[in-house]
This record gives sequence, C-alpha cells and structure tokens, in this order.
Amino acid sequence: MTKMPLGKGLNAGLRAAMEADDKVMIMGEDVGKLGGVFRITDGLQKDFGESRVIDAPLSESGILGTAIGLTMRGYRPVLEIQFDGFVYPAYDQIVSQVAKLHFRSRGAVTMPIVIRIPFGGGIGAVEHHSESPEAQFALTAGLKVVSCSNANDAYWMIQQAIASDDPIVFMEPKRRYWDQGEVDLESAPAPLHASRVLREGTDATLIAYGPMVKTCLESADAAAEEGNSIEVIDLRTLSPLDLDPVFESVRRTGHAIVVHEAAQTLGLGAEISARITEKCFFSLEAPVLRVTGYDLPYPPSRAEEEFLPGLDRVLEAVDRSLAY
Amino acid sequence: MSVSMPDTYVADDPAGAFPLVQLLTPEGQRVSHDEFSYDGDDDSIRDLFRDLVLSRRIDFEANALQRHGELGLWAPAQGQEAAQIGSGRALRPQDFAFPTYREHGVALCRGVDPALLLGLFRGVELGGWDPAEHGFALYSIVIGAQTLHATGYAMGLNLDGAVGTGDSERDAAVIAYFGDGATSQGSVNEAFDWAAVFNAPVVFFCQNNQYAISASTDRQTRGPIAQRAGGFGFRGIRVDGNDVLACHAVTTAAMQRARDGEGPMLIEAYTYRMGAHTTSDDPTRYRDSAEVETWKLKDPIERVKRYLLVQGTPQEFFDDLDAEAEELGRHLRETCKALPEPDLAELFDEVFVEGTPELAEQKADYLAFRDSLEPEGSAS
Ligand SMILES: Cc1ncc(C[n+]2csc(CCOP(=O)(O)OP(=O)(O)O)c2C)c(N)n1
Repeated sequence: MTKMPLGKGLNAGLRAAMEADDKVMIMGEDVGKLGGVFRITDGLQKDFGESRVIDAPLSESGILGTAIGLTMRGYRPVLEIQFDGFVYPAYDQIVSQVAKLHFRSRGAVTMPIVIRIPFGGGIGAVEHHSESPEAQFALTAGLKVVSCSNANDAYWMIQQAIASDDPIVFMEPKRRYWDQGEVDLESAPAPLHASRVLREGTDATLIAYGPMVKTCLESADAAAEEGNSIEVIDLRTLSPLDLDPVFESVRRTGHAIVVHEAAQTLGLGAEISARITEKCFFSLEAPVLRVTGYDLPYPPSRAEEEFLPGLDRVLEAVDRSLAY
Repeated sequence: MSVSMPDTYVADDPAGAFPLVQLLTPEGQRVSHDEFSYDGDDDSIRDLFRDLVLSRRIDFEANALQRHGELGLWAPAQGQEAAQIGSGRALRPQDFAFPTYREHGVALCRGVDPALLLGLFRGVELGGWDPAEHGFALYSIVIGAQTLHATGYAMGLNLDGAVGTGDSERDAAVIAYFGDGATSQGSVNEAFDWAAVFNAPVVFFCQNNQYAISASTDRQTRGPIAQRAGGFGFRGIRVDGNDVLACHAVTTAAMQRARDGEGPMLIEAYTYRMGAHTTSDDPTRYRDSAEVETWKLKDPIERVKRYLLVQGTPQEFFDDLDAEAEELGRHLRETCKALPEPDLAELFDEVFVEGTPELAEQKADYLAFRDSLEPEGSAS
C-alpha cells in the first residue's frame, strides 16, 4: 500500500501500462514537456520518448481521427482531451467512427483507444472547463464509458482500460485529482466494468460515480450522525452499467437516490432510475430520486457551488426519500 | 522506434516569400516599405502609444488581481499589445471583431470598459458586454470557433449590401483573431475555405505568439502561417507583430480591401507572448529564459517610446499618461470587486428566450431548497 493523490495514481497507471506494452502510446495537447495541464502525464515523455508521448497539434478531431489509423496499425493510443468542453470538435470522430468501426467491420477492426477526459466542475474554472458530457458518450452504442473516484481505482482502471480491446471513454474527476488515497500496487480491484459498494448501510442507497462519490460518502457520514444508515455505491462503469449490486442494495434499503453533476434531463440518473424501477418495483418504498446539476449550461464559477450537488442537497433528498 | 522530424522549421521562411512588414524598428527608427505605410502624424502615434500603455496596464492589474484571489484566471497579453492595438485601431465603428480570450487590447479599442473583461475571469459572467453595442463579439474560449462566426457575419455583410458600395460610412468588414495553435483546428481551415468561396469581407488576424500553451509553432504547422492563405485562394501577409505602425498599416489596407468587396485576407502578426499562457501555466517547463530575453529587446512599447522621445515629445505627455494608467488601474481594482455576483435563480430564465416547464420546475425546486437552508450566520 502506498499513499498518493488520484492524479498521481493515473500517472503511475499510465507508466505501468507503457512499460507492459510498447504499443501503448499517449497523444494529446501539451502532454509532453508540460506533462499535461494537470500533470497527469508528467515525466512520461522524458522516460518513454517523443514517439510514445506525442504533443499533438491543437486539434481534437485530429487527435481522435489519427488514433483510429494508429490502432489499425497495431498501436494502443491513450488520448488526452485537455478539458471536457473541448471534446466536441472530436465528437464526430468518436461517435461516427470510433464507436462504429468494430461493428461495421463485423469484428475485423478493433479500436483499443482510451479517451481520457478530465470532467466536471468545482475548480473555479472559466467556461468550457467544467462540463459533464458522460451521458453523450454512454448513449452512443459502441463506446464504453468509465469513471474513477479514488487513487486506487485511478491506478488500476486506467491500466484495465488500456488493456481493453474496446474503445473506452475514461472520465476523470478533475476536482479530485489532488485527493490522497491508498493504492494497492499488488492486486487489482474489481474488474473495469463492475460497480462497488463503498459503504454499507440499511436505510437508503446512494448511487454515484466520479466526483460525486466523495460527496456521497461525506453525506453518508453526516446522515449517520442523524441516525440514518446510508449505503454508497460507486458505479465505476457507466456503459455498460453494472446495476446488480444496486438492485441488491435497493431491495434491502427500499430507497434509492442517484447523484451526478450532469444535468438532470436524459442524464444517467434517468436510465438508472428506470432500471431500478423495473427491477425493484416491489421493494421500493419511495420513488427513485435524483440529485443532479440543473438543465443549464454550466454557470459562471461563482455560482457553481449552488449548481453542483453538495452535501445539503444530497441529505435533503435522503430525508425526502425516507419520509415516504 | 522513433519518429524523425525535420530539424529546420520552414515557418521561418528561408525562401523569403513572407518577409516581415516592418515600419518601426526595435530601436525606434521609422523605415519604409514599398507597399505599406503608416500615414498618421506624430499625434496619432502618441494616441497609439497611449493605447499600448493602457492595455499593458490592464494586464498588469489583472495579473495582480488574480494573485490576490480576485480572479480565478487571467490570460496575459503582454508582448502582443502592438498587434492588438495596431489592428484594433484600424477598425471603423461599423466593423465587427471576433476575439479569442486574449484580445484585451482590441476590446479597449472597441470601447469595451476593460473592467468588464474581468467578469469572465472572475467567474461572475460568461460574457460581460453586448457584442452589437461595441462591434466586438464575446470572448471565445473554444479554440478557432470564432473564425467561422466571423466568416458568417461577413457573409451577412455581403448579403446586406454593406460591402463595396463606396460609402465609407456604410461599407464594413470583419476581423477574426486567433493564435498560431488555432491554425491546426478544422474550424479555422473551414473558415478560410468559406471566406474564400463566398468572397466574405473578413480579415483573419493570427497572432503568432510562438506558442500554444507549451507547443511551439512548429508543432502546429511546417509552413509559414501566412502561406496558408494561398492554398485557399487569398493573400497572406506577415507583419512584425511588435510594430504597432506596421500592424496598423497592414490591417488598415486589408480591412479596406474587404470593405471594398475584394474578399478575405490573412495577416500573420509575428510576435511573442512575454508572460505565461494563463496565470495557471508554468512557461519555464517549455521555454528558456534566453528566448524571452531576446524578445524583450523587441518590446512593442519601448520602440514607440524611443521614437516619440527622439521626436521631442514633452515629458508632460508621458507623465499625464502615467496618471491615466494609474487611474485605469484604480478603476479596474475597484470595479472588479464590485462586479455583481451571479444569481443561479436568475440564470434559469436566461437559458432560452421562451422558458420551458422543466426549467420553471427546476427553478422552483432550487428556490425552495435555497429557502430551506438556514440563513448564513444564524446560530442553531
Ligand atoms: C478546442 C480547444 N481545445 C483546447 C483548448 C485548451 N487551450 C486553451 S488555449 C490553448 C492554446 C492556444 O494556442 P493559440 O491558438 O496559439 O493561441 P494563444 O493562446 O497562444 O494566443 C489550448 C490548447 C481550448 N481552449 N479549445
């Protein structure tokens, strides 16, 4: 066990993946000398060279489009999109090409591409630097989407994603990059596409991923002081969803609340609520509730604290659910 | 496995097809050019100097405000003042400018209160001014997007018959600002193509400040940026971006051509970003101080000052200007802190012209939740 921040966990995971397979390469804006604007690729170009850690021209469509060709030549590109709000110039390549080539070729072509996106708000940034576009990828057939919430998962999930032969959108909770956590360098946690119960409880189930996991754990702590026992599940994988642990939990607690930063309408919470309702209808003692961002473009950062789900909103939803 | 790269960077243009247009040397000497000239008198050069000094002051104050925690971020423009003031002062009131996030000097030229520029960086605004009022679009953070907007606006000028009428009060053109990094984006190349195809009255003004965050220009292009235009069917010119007279002269000519209906032009202002990319950047990771020192000698403000001093500009002028810059600094500091905080409740009404039931419901939920919280400071 060693302690490191989530961002360092990603860096160590990338390093391990590059050591394990010399076809793994990194491409993105400012990932080389600068080590990325968040320093996630810090030191990798120095150690693996400019051919394996490539400072890309300022062109997201180019980064994604050329990665497709590189995979067809046997490489395993790990791509950094500098910020969530800058993935859209690459969106066409991701949803029209990356997501479809395996299917179109009836399996003859594989797309082992990892698209790393630092996502979400809470860092006081200017516009386009705090978005949560995960649902737009999760609803695209042919893409897998995951999100880590702690240093150990960061270290292992990035390696698991790189090892996968499928294209993976890897959502990194940027406001948690500096959070310290224990990393077990010896044994991997759950497989990539598995959710995990992080805290056990009997009264209600909080379901979250990425940056909101910490918020939910803190909410569960606060709820415990008021005598409520809250279970917290880290989804980890957003597509495919691994909801069996969620169903199992909700059948016990009878109360489910999905928490995410992305806007409510057509967010992941909508899908998860629908499935819980289908599978756990007779166990539910309250409707499945959602605590999410509002259906607004991301607001100026001085309003983000009210915009983003925080402790108070989660606890209010817990109370509302338990009051049914 | 290794990737070989050509070690010379042809953007330096050894063939000499794109020599720098220069009208004022770093030593403060006026020089002539066979095509472009600056026709203003020394009073007008003093006006340009004033803008240069004030725009640097904006930068200085904003950097300090960021360090004091009043701004979340700032994008410094130090070193690029001549490119911005020279081009900005070449615009007419009816022209329209589409900036990036660094065009503070152009904003000054367009009559935008510099304090309003701080709103975006303070996190209280996503814009801060009415584009139509100033002929100055909102800052664009997504690299390159604004070049297409500029082209569309210019197409609109064509459609409105506001081009080539010979009426200098009516004929208008558009200027689009972007960096060297932006030339790698598809959108910028699309803008070039559309502008040429539709003969749009738009001047593409690239401030080649040598870096896109950490990536030097040779990571964006292997040909002179000015040369790009040729492939799209219009003319590119490279100008000394630290020479305010040359930037003014070349932009004036390009804008006039555009207003006259002769279509787009690309200006590459060859300059240097003296400071960090933004206040959260660490330039020592990717460039050495010797390079910065070399560019310091080409400072866009010093050379005008040298010229004006030799012309016998009285000390009083410089003293008055210092006082004016001081006053601007005070205005920025005071206004920054007084910029109104955003109210999330109001923002629900600003998503659409005609609101939606969902938004109305979410707003009501938000207000109810907000009211349910204990008022700040109340003891419990
Ligand atoms: C589409 C997009 N991708 C990435 C970024 C992040 N980013 C902000 S500024 C910048 C570099 C811009 O360089 P350049 O175009 O040369 O302009 P400069 O800042 O040097 O004026 C990058 C990569 C962005 N804002 N938009």
